[in-house]
Amino acid sequence: MERSPHITVHDLAVRYGDYVVMHDVSFTVRRGDVFVIMGGSGSGKSTLLNTMIGLVEPATGEVLYDRKSFTRAAPHERREMSRRFGVLFQFGALWSGLTLAENVALPLEQLTHLGRREIRDLAELKLDLVGLGDFTEFYPDQISGGMQKRAGLARAMALDPEILFFDEPSSGLDPVNARRLDDLIIELRDSLNTTIVVVSHDLASIFATANDGIYLDARRKTVTAWGDPKELRRHPPDRHVQAFLTRTADEESP
Amino acid sequence: MEGTSSSPPSLTLTRPAPGALLLELGGTWQVGEATPPAALVEGEIDAGHPDHVRFDTRAVVAWDSALVSFAARVSTSARTAGATVDRGGLPDGVQRLLVLVDATPAQRAAADNRPASALARIGLRALARRDTVNHVLVAIGELTVALGKLVIGRAKFRRGDLSLQMQSTGVRALGIVSLVNGLVGLIIAFISAVQLQSFGATLYVANLTGIAMVRELGAVMTAIIVAGRTGAAFAAELGTMRVTQEIDALTTLGLSPVEYLVLPRVVAVTLMMPLLCVYAGLVGVLGGAVVGVGVIHTPPQLYFDQTIHAVSLTDLFGGIVKATTYGLLVGAAGCFMGLRAGRSAAAVGKAATSAVVAGIVLVIVACGLYAVVFYRLGL
Repeated sequence: MERSPHITVHDLAVRYGDYVVMHDVSFTVRRGDVFVIMGGSGSGKSTLLNTMIGLVEPATGEVLYDRKSFTRAAPHERREMSRRFGVLFQFGALWSGLTLAENVALPLEQLTHLGRREIRDLAELKLDLVGLGDFTEFYPDQISGGMQKRAGLARAMALDPEILFFDEPSSGLDPVNARRLDDLIIELRDSLNTTIVVVSHDLASIFATANDGIYLDARRKTVTAWGDPKELRRHPPDRHVQAFLTRTADEESP
Repeated sequence: MEGTSSSPPSLTLTRPAPGALLLELGGTWQVGEATPPAALVEGEIDAGHPDHVRFDTRAVVAWDSALVSFAARVSTSARTAGATVDRGGLPDGVQRLLVLVDATPAQRAAADNRPASALARIGLRALARRDTVNHVLVAIGELTVALGKLVIGRAKFRRGDLSLQMQSTGVRALGIVSLVNGLVGLIIAFISAVQLQSFGATLYVANLTGIAMVRELGAVMTAIIVAGRTGAAFAAELGTMRVTQEIDALTTLGLSPVEYLVLPRVVAVTLMMPLLCVYAGLVGVLGGAVVGVGVIHTPPQLYFDQTIHAVSLTDLFGGIVKATTYGLLVGAAGCFMGLRAGRSAAAVGKAATSAVVAGIVLVIVACGLYAVVFYRLGL
């Protein structure tokens, strides 16, 4: 399998005013990886993801897809590039005024030249894939949080993206549903060779799905470990990573 | 703790030896009781400079967070003053909780939250003003581009959204528009009737009411209603969509929130306002007729002839032009306040308030400008 770099994050720094959220963040995600962004609360995991998808502008550094800069791209090029990735937001972020089928159909309606019938079929297929085939006419507020998340995934997959971003996919899900989502992630990677970037602090899900990842340290505000999480657990580079990956309380020393 | 009845909390400060301070606590140390303030002890520490602070709580009947908070404050101020604190005399539970309090690392605030000095505040205000001006200019630019795309038929939004918005901003507003404009027509007719009676010219009530409603007030009153109804709704809706990341979801798909969300709303309200304005003028005239016919007994036929005679097409078109402008202003203010809202419930509320205030202010300012322009043009 071709394992070329798919996403490159180069010397990224993010600031809100004078406050540095992170600095000197560099890593690459290879094609077909399930790449996890780990870190404790407040370490900037979600901010990093938002920077990668263009919702937050970095202070310095850049994000490249297939060696082409996304950060420095002109707005229309950026729109073109962003159609190649799908995003599952932490709480699904379904459009509340639309039914599930309409939610999944909207990207297809707006960004492709497919006919009404084809769009309808594709939307139903994607909802079937996530097990929501019976709920196509439901509105987001009529279904549970876990179902909203799966519907969000169906929408993220609408345009058959090359890259899928997941923001805390298992948060708010019970263990069984969280595991189902993990299986779905692996299935997507294997069947479509999708590159997957996951923000997570759910250890079970990290070890079950990821084959590469970084650890963002909340104190040092940068990447302190990069590698396969299972490998990092065996050979942690420092005690914070070790504490995170083995779920032991990280004793604070002055 | 087999306290008989609730006895009031007590505190006695003694100095059993030079350099030692003993705090003897007794009674019920619970929230809601009049527990002695820690400041009392702090004052004593500052004055006496003890080396050693000790507690005696054998007389305490019952305790809760009140005692923990008291002990924590005393410990902190004693340590800052350089004294050692012996917590051995405190109840076991309190000691354990105090260990937790000490173990919690002082969370360094992300940003310095201390209030800035007056000079810095003025500077920050000025910078915020500049940002606002920038935002307004960007908003105008974005809306212009989106409208341009609409004209050449390349704007991306759901056509269904437009009709839905037209329905909710136009049709659903008919009730309140009727009520308010009917009453305004009635009030104007009453006022003018009283004034014109002294000249015996009550017939001209029809002229005054007709011109006022069709030319000015129909548009202004309707715009104010729409600002409160639709402008606030736009801001709250888009603000909430920001909180739930629905707008982020659009952006990451490469869809423009301005085209997709703002355009159908602004176009809907801009199209509906002139229609509502014509309707408002009509209802206003009817309201005036109630007074003209019912109270001052002008024959109905005469009243309407007089109205039709007085109100020119120029007045009607003037009203329509104004209403269209007001619709655009109210809709744009509502949408952009929503898009720029912060990501919290309070921020959405603030956005809705700002949308109404900005909408009404813009309408009144535009109304003033139109008055000058129309006067200059001799219309």
